[in-house]
Formats: sequence, structure tokens, C-alpha cells
Amino acid sequence: MRDALFLAWSYLAHQRLKTTVLVASVALIAFLPAALQLLVRRGEERMGARAAATPLLVGRKGSPTELVLNALYFRSEVPATIPYGQLARVESSGRARAIPLHVRFHSQDAPIVGTSLDYFDLRGLRCAEGRFMTMLGQCVVGASVAEARGLAPGDHVVSNPEQVFDLAGSYPLRMQVSGVLAPSGTIDDRAVFVDVKTAWVIEGLAHGHDDVSKPEAAAQVLERKDGRIVANASVKEYQEITPANVEAFHFHGEPDTFPLTAIIAVPHDARASTLLRGEFLAPDEAQQVLEPTTVVDELLDTVFAVKRYIVAGVVIVGLGTLATMALVFGLSIQLRRREIETMRKIGGAKGRIAAVLALEILAVLALGVLVAGILLAATGWFADALVESAIR
Amino acid sequence: MRALPPLAVLLLLLAGCGEPNGGGAPTARPTGAVRIHAVNHPLAAMARRLGGADVEVTFPVPRGADPAFWRPTDAQVAAFQDAELILLNGADYAKWVARATLPRRAVVDTSAGFADRYIETSGGVSHSHGPEGEHNHTGIAYTTWLDLDQAAQQAAEIMRAIAARRPETKDRVRQGYLALRAALEALDGRLKALGTRAPPMVASHPVYQYMARRYGLDIESETWDPGAMPDDAQWEALAKHLAKRPAKVFLWEAEPPAEAVQRLEALGLTSVVFDPCANAPARGDFLDVMEANVGRLEAAVGG
Repeated sequence: MRDALFLAWSYLAHQRLKTTVLVASVALIAFLPAALQLLVRRGEERMGARAAATPLLVGRKGSPTELVLNALYFRSEVPATIPYGQLARVESSGRARAIPLHVRFHSQDAPIVGTSLDYFDLRGLRCAEGRFMTMLGQCVVGASVAEARGLAPGDHVVSNPEQVFDLAGSYPLRMQVSGVLAPSGTIDDRAVFVDVKTAWVIEGLAHGHDDVSKPEAAAQVLERKDGRIVANASVKEYQEITPANVEAFHFHGEPDTFPLTAIIAVPHDARASTLLRGEFLAPDEAQQVLEPTTVVDELLDTVFAVKRYIVAGVVIVGLGTLATMALVFGLSIQLRRREIETMRKIGGAKGRIAAVLALEILAVLALGVLVAGILLAATGWFADALVESAIR
Repeated sequence: MRALPPLAVLLLLLAGCGEPNGGGAPTARPTGAVRIHAVNHPLAAMARRLGGADVEVTFPVPRGADPAFWRPTDAQVAAFQDAELILLNGADYAKWVARATLPRRAVVDTSAGFADRYIETSGGVSHSHGPEGEHNHTGIAYTTWLDLDQAAQQAAEIMRAIAARRPETKDRVRQGYLALRAALEALDGRLKALGTRAPPMVASHPVYQYMARRYGLDIESETWDPGAMPDDAQWEALAKHLAKRPAKVFLWEAEPPAEAVQRLEALGLTSVVFDPCANAPARGDFLDVMEANVGRLEAAVGG
């Protein structure tokens, strides 16, 4: 048998180009569906886990997909907002803990997530450096954001103005980094977290400026009447909240009306979950309560449908490739008729000659599967980084 | 519902939006004393009286500072964040709270049950007393605990919050609450009786709004610093005040200068210290101070 193996291997080594093309074809046929399956399954597991770790979402009635993608993955369009007072509504029901979410603004490409400290508890996040934000104007950055920008506690990040040419829009706010989160392997690594009140400052619902009630601010005052002071446009608004000016920051309007993009509700038990959902079912209800797992399952159904089409395409291409390979081997045998005849004349038995040819085919298939396996292992190892860089 | 392009969904799925550790995993139920942080002394004292050895109460405001206008450092806010239970007074008390990040799971607004009966104030004059800088009292009156019925309601909130965190202490905490409520009710009754015969009063500072409402007391306020002798303008304002509204008792938040007491006596006003006790007293606690306050007021008003 060793002699047959030697002859097969010598032939393949001699025909390098042909062998390489055949091995690559086999490798691709084996690799593509397997890699797709691997990536989709891993994504499904991780996406499902995040949804499962988010029991209920409260948001404005509208697209459930948009609400879930924004609240869980900080993506998609900003959903219609709900008033902050809904948070008290959920809490006062006594059925669930409520965690506010305000996901609208960005710092460079990182989403700014306005929330409360309870979010970190829910996600099991902890600070690798520094501490969670303590005062208005501070932020905690995800591990990837910190690594990419070289951030450490005490550094600053700046929010993006919503529209460069919108002078009346939100001003950029310079925020001090109070802590850096330990890596979690989730989208949280790529976000900047602030207190929801700081998100409202970015939105312009709160601001700080010179004290126009003081006599030295007379030049900035247009009118003082009945305890009301009307200031002119020269009043300087602060672009950063510091210990020195934090007292000057104040909210305009009733906080219960301030916007949230969603509320994460963590019911105390299954019964509380059902009852809480029931409280939001009135026909004139402006809010919706949904289970992220249900929405994610629907999304996954879409993904599986797409995957099925892709796999079907790969299988058809694979069958075509296999047919081509069979043709290549058939033609090759035709072309090697004299070589085969020579082997027979020097005493090679028919069976032994067939074994040489079969071993050539088996070796090509084995090498192709081996290469596919190596590629698959690499895909598994680098999957997250590869896909992330592809998306960016 | 707007459909997402399937390819976008696929890319999102592959983007590593994962939760490898299954975030939100339940943590072990805490044991030992409940770690409580309070924003003023009355709440801290109530928590200690209710919880006894079942609680570990921290009130970080230094003596001499007004907890309503105290500014914590980052480290002090972080210590609040680590507490299992953060007792807020509500009514916009402790201005720093509005600008701090505190965990909602730990925060208890002890006056939320009577938030619809907060007293709104207006026309406050900006002034200062020492290190906290300038402040004024425009907004919501915040010394809610000087209405002792409201103080009992705040104590009830604390009881519920402790019991929710350590169910095994429920009976002991309830015993502590019943004892505290009985003591507060006794003082409440004495103040109610006093309200029927008390003359008009002037207060050194606008902090007695809830007490006046609960006990039918006629109190109007100046903005004097109890630690310093009032200046001429303040005496002049008081004289005008008395000309329009003759009063007999002058309420001080803390021990006044002897010279001020004498000058008030000359104006026909008896000085009485009624300490709101927002910060920790040198001796005893909130209840002891209230007992002494009521005793002094009874002595001044007479039978």
C-alpha cells in the first residue's frame, strides 16, 4: 500500500497547480456552509442571551424591532420617546425594578447610554479602573472605547453635536471619564455610559450658565419683572460640568416629562411580569411592554430564512464544483492513459493501479477538508473581530 | 413595523452583540447588618432606633454643616452608591442628590407618601452660613420631620425598606418602629395642645413651615444666622415686622448670641431654641432634641 501512496503523492506533488486548485475547491465547499452555520449559531446564542437577560422593555408604541435594537444593542433609529414619569409608574406598581435608558447621542462612533447605576448591576458590569460616575457630567467608558482612544479615569470625552449646522441644537458636552469598564465581550464595551440626567444636559433640557440674578450680571439682563429675569444671548453656557459650576446646572421643565428611549423592567417574578404587561394593554395606552426574547426570536427567524437561502446557494455551487472535479479527474485519467499503460506493462496489477488513482482523489479530498477545518478554527477564533471590522 | 433588510439583521446578529456571562445573574442574598446611608440626622436616628443591631447607619455630613446644602466629594458619593439603602428626605432636601448618580435600587424617598402635601415657598433671599456658600429657600419647604406625624410616616417608610432587605428582621424593626411612633405621637400631642394657646412667633430662619401647619402655629420668618449677631438692617426689618404683626416668641435654630437674646427681650420677644436637628447633636439624637425643643417651647408659651 505504501508504494501506491508514494506514487499518488508523487503525482499530486508533481501536478502542484492542479492539486492546489482542487484542494482549494474542496476546502471552500466544506468551509462556507460550516462557517456560516458557526457564525450564525454563535450570534444567535449571544444575541439570545442578551435578550434573555433583559426581561421586559417599556417603550413608546411603534416598531418593537426598533425598540429592542436601540435598547439592547444601541443600534437602529432612535425610537419615539416615553416620559420619565413612566419609570415611577413601573416602580410604583411594585411589580418590577425599572432601569431608564436614553440612547440617542454619540461620542464619535460610540453610543452615549444615559441610564442609572442599576444597569451595571443588571449586566454584571464592573469598573476595571476608576469608579462609576458619581456626579452630573461624568461618564464611564466601555473597554473597547477606552482602548481605542487611550482613555483612563480623569480623561475627557465629548458628545457629538446632533447636526453640525443646527445652531439651536444640542451643544457638545465635555464629560470627565470617572471609570473604565472591564471587558464584557458585549456591545457595552463599545459604549459610553452617563447618568440619564447627563443625557438630558446633552439634549439641552438642563444647562448651567452665569448667575444672572447677581448685580454684576446686569449687562446680560434684558428685563427683571415679578421675580422673572430675562437674559440676553450673551449669557455664557457651560460646556463642561465641573465641581465649580455643577451648582449652576438646573433643569427646565418637569422631570417627569423628560424623555427616555426605553425602560428595562425587571419583574420580581413571572406573575408580576404578566400583571405588569397587563397594565399596559389599555386601548388608549401610549406605551408598549414587550419581551425582547420574543422580538429577537422573530429576528432570528428572518436570519434563518436568509441563512437557508445562502446555504442552498452554497450547496448548488458545491455540487457544480464536485461535478467539475469529477470531470477533471475523468479527463485526467484519459490524458494519463499511456502512463497507466506503462504501469500495467511493468507489472502493476489492475487493482493496484486503481488504488493509486483512488488515493490521489482521497488525498485531495482529505487535504481540502483539512484546510477547511483550519479555516473554520480560525473563523471561530477571530469571528467577533472579523465581523466587527467588516461592519465598520 | 418597518422591516429591516435581512442582510442588516444578519450582520447585526454576527456583530457580537452577546452576553457571554448571561448578565443579570442573581446575586447572593446579602446578610448581616443593612448598610444604610442617610442624608440627614433625623433619618439616620430613626433608622438606628428602628434597626438597632440589624443596621449599620452612616451619616457622613460633618458637624456644623447644613446637610441641606452640604456638597459631598466623589468618594463620599461613591460610599452612598455602595450602601444597600439610601434614605432621602425628599422635598428637594440635600441639593446634591439632584446632581449625583445614585442606584435606584437603594434609594428610598421617605416623604414620597405625602409629596402631595409639600409646602411651596417663594420670595427667598439668597444668604449664606459658612462653608456651604450662598443659598435661598425658594422652592419646596424641606424640614418635613418637624411635623412629627410626617416624621412617623418617614419612619414607617424606613421600617418597610429595612424589612424588605432583611425579612428576618421584620418583627424586631416593627417593635422599634412602634416605640418610636409612640414617642413621636406623645410629642405631637403636646405640640398640638401648645398650638391652641401659642402667640404669634417670629423664626430666625424659614424652616418651620410644616410645624406651623401641623400645630396651627402662627410663624413668620427672618433669614438670620443663629451663630452671629444680626446687623442693623436686620434689626430694622424686624422692628417693621413687629409693628405690623406683634409677636411674643422668637424661634432660633441654634443657641443665639446673648446680646441678641437681650435685645429681643427689650422688644418683648422671648427667645426659644427649637433645633430642627438636621445635623447630629452633641448629645442624644433627634428624638431627644425634639423632646427638649417641645419642653422649651412649652415653658416659653406657658400654661
